[in-house]
Amino acid sequence: MKIMVAIKRVVDYAVKIRVKSDRTGVETNNVKMSMNPFCEIALEEALRIKESGLASEVVAVSMGPAQCVDTLRTGLAMGADRGVHVEAAGQLYPLTVAKILKSLVEVEKPGLIILGKQAIDDDCNQTGQMVAGLLSWPQGTFASKVVLDKEKQLAMVEREVDGGLETLELDLPAVITTDLRLNQPRYATLPNIMKAKSKPIKKYTPQELNVDVKSDLEVIQVTEPPKRKAGVILSSVEELIDKLKNEARVI
Amino acid sequence: MCRESMAYDVVIVGAGPAGLSAAIRLKQLCREKNVDLSVCVVEKGAEVGAHIISGNVFEPRALNELLPQWKQEEAPIRVPVSSDKFWFLTKDRAFSLPSPFSNRGNYVISLSQLVRWLGGKAEELGVEIYPGFAASEILYDADNKVIGIGTNDMGIAKDGSKKENFQRGVELRGRITLLAEGCRGSLSEKLIKNFKLREKSHAQHQTYALGIKEVWEIDEGKHNPGEILHTLGWPLDQKTYGGSFLYHMNDRQIALGLVVALNYHNPFLNPYEEFQKFKHHPAIKPLLEGGTVVQYGARTLNEGGLQSIPYPVFPGGAIIGCAAGFLNVPKIKGTHTAMKSGMLAAEAGFGVLHEDLNMEIYWDTLRNSWVWQELQRARNYRPAFEYGLLPGLAICGLEHYILRGKSPYTLKHGKPDYEATDAARLHSPIEYPKPDGVLSFDVPTSLHRSNTNHEHDQPAHLRLRDPKIPELVNLPEYAGPESRYCPARVYEYVPDEKNQLKLQINAQNCLHCKACDIKDPKQNIEWTVPEGGGGPGYSVM
Repeated sequence: MKIMVAIKRVVDYAVKIRVKSDRTGVETNNVKMSMNPFCEIALEEALRIKESGLASEVVAVSMGPAQCVDTLRTGLAMGADRGVHVEAAGQLYPLTVAKILKSLVEVEKPGLIILGKQAIDDDCNQTGQMVAGLLSWPQGTFASKVVLDKEKQLAMVEREVDGGLETLELDLPAVITTDLRLNQPRYATLPNIMKAKSKPIKKYTPQELNVDVKSDLEVIQVTEPPKRKAGVILSSVEELIDKLKNEARVI
Repeated sequence: MCRESMAYDVVIVGAGPAGLSAAIRLKQLCREKNVDLSVCVVEKGAEVGAHIISGNVFEPRALNELLPQWKQEEAPIRVPVSSDKFWFLTKDRAFSLPSPFSNRGNYVISLSQLVRWLGGKAEELGVEIYPGFAASEILYDADNKVIGIGTNDMGIAKDGSKKENFQRGVELRGRITLLAEGCRGSLSEKLIKNFKLREKSHAQHQTYALGIKEVWEIDEGKHNPGEILHTLGWPLDQKTYGGSFLYHMNDRQIALGLVVALNYHNPFLNPYEEFQKFKHHPAIKPLLEGGTVVQYGARTLNEGGLQSIPYPVFPGGAIIGCAAGFLNVPKIKGTHTAMKSGMLAAEAGFGVLHEDLNMEIYWDTLRNSWVWQELQRARNYRPAFEYGLLPGLAICGLEHYILRGKSPYTLKHGKPDYEATDAARLHSPIEYPKPDGVLSFDVPTSLHRSNTNHEHDQPAHLRLRDPKIPELVNLPEYAGPESRYCPARVYEYVPDEKNQLKLQINAQNCLHCKACDIKDPKQNIEWTVPEGGGGPGYSVM
């Protein structure tokens, strides 16, 4: 069975984000970019499944500008067998990404797709679910544990939900999105980074995959959240009621 | 567990100006002579340029030799110096002085950006660069010859146990090893001690300064690309050497900072707070009002000059760049000399590998190069300040205008920086103003802007040789100076359950500046390299 893992190149989680002065978005010029941490977890899970003998190949997929190849190389260094780069300029929203993934699934025919639950730049938490919808595949999102049964072609997924843990049984092929506690991703070792250089990365354009990247969404403005105002220490309950009534006007 | 070993012709530790210049020069020589050498550069920062921070007014002399087409190849060197100001500051005023510098032909740059570009050039030539890997160990053969380095084991928990993702380090063996770790390089310092390299060249100890820097984005109307300013005087007193810099880059950005020599006496001095004070000076404040801080960082730099350069060749390799110490203090420039030293070491190394020559040639070519000429001319400026601020300025005037490089004497450095700290009882605590959150900031806010991070669950990389010294000596005798000179608030004295003050080491904050390794009065703090990929994330510094 082949596993496809979608990985996204995002601003590194340790970087202090700044909004561009023209308010069209976040500053990404001269800013460190890395693999989305949830995508790292997704890739790690795929690698563990392969290492346990339940999958034959792990394919890492990334979409975006030419530099996505760097992110793919990191994935290959972690242990993915092949990379796929869909080169596209401009913002790609979850529905577009999901459509491209659907096209790639028709080419690659994986038995399992694993994605991070969300990207740390837009926090959308939509792509995995949309892919499952487009493919009519079952989905196990926010996975904190994954156990495959190759014979029965099932995936047992423990999900972190608000009320606790929910366990689902999914028929393969299926879509899984990963949550933080699923695993701790491995480091890419130096020898593996070197080996990764010779692993193949196939390139596509969205047109070749018959996907129109034009989006129905348009970002109008991006601003920083308003600065938190200092609190005020009050001296009595009467003063509190007075302020709530006359200043905040909530009572 | 046995470590994997990878073999190269040349292993270079540090992807900075010196390391990358050496790598590029090696590959150029290979092309010229139609041979090939495998060159590997390891870098502890998460990416090339992440740990690079410098003023920087760049003198392109070495780059013109290394990559003469740099302009056509779009090096990020775009802002020529347009004006050169020099002020003496008092608390309320600024007095303009004739500029002792000649910066015509130089450029205001971000060294982090330039180094990224150099990294790209090196990779184009076939150099293998591995960011995120920390060289933590020197490898020796049976004859005590250096045969390469070992990288850190990764995935070790705070208590020393192996985590789920434990990964053994690897050995990078090189027929030649070049150490380009920058000022107070951790492996370089070990090597210098091990092979007694300072004794070998009859060098004095190295002396240092701590530079603290911010990059701001200011109002368009106040921005003047290419304008540079240096100041002396306030907020530092007459006994403390140092000064500030303010350089206008492009894109409405300015670089400004304060450099404080680490041989200061008052244990209550807080270089970070002095920098915050500086920004409130009436001549500086208006420029910053309405602006925002883009990035913050700090790093120590060499001030020892010629007198402190160790013998830079050891069996199996050499030390290049600031790890040896080629910074020209009166010019306040070290990038061009670091690059040239890398190029000369590469040429010597190529001779070793290709023509069976000796690495000692590097020492000879260094001393016959413009690097040595410059450092010869510059050698008395800094030590002159051992006599105080005004006598120091007088001697500098003498050197600059009258002796013009023909000084018949060589001044010596004073005590090593760690010995220069007075006992706390000889001074009174300094009251620093509270940050206003607009021009001045507290350390955590600034630290956030350095994009610093380390994997939390790892052993602290700042080691105490004797764990009792902080509470027995540093705190009672010197009032815990590490809690003041560290620009990242790594060191804090906090009360424990018995209400006794104990040293707490917040290693995760570390900016890799090395100030603690240098200034600790009993030399009890040892800076060792943490897991690769951690530390600051400079991009425009």
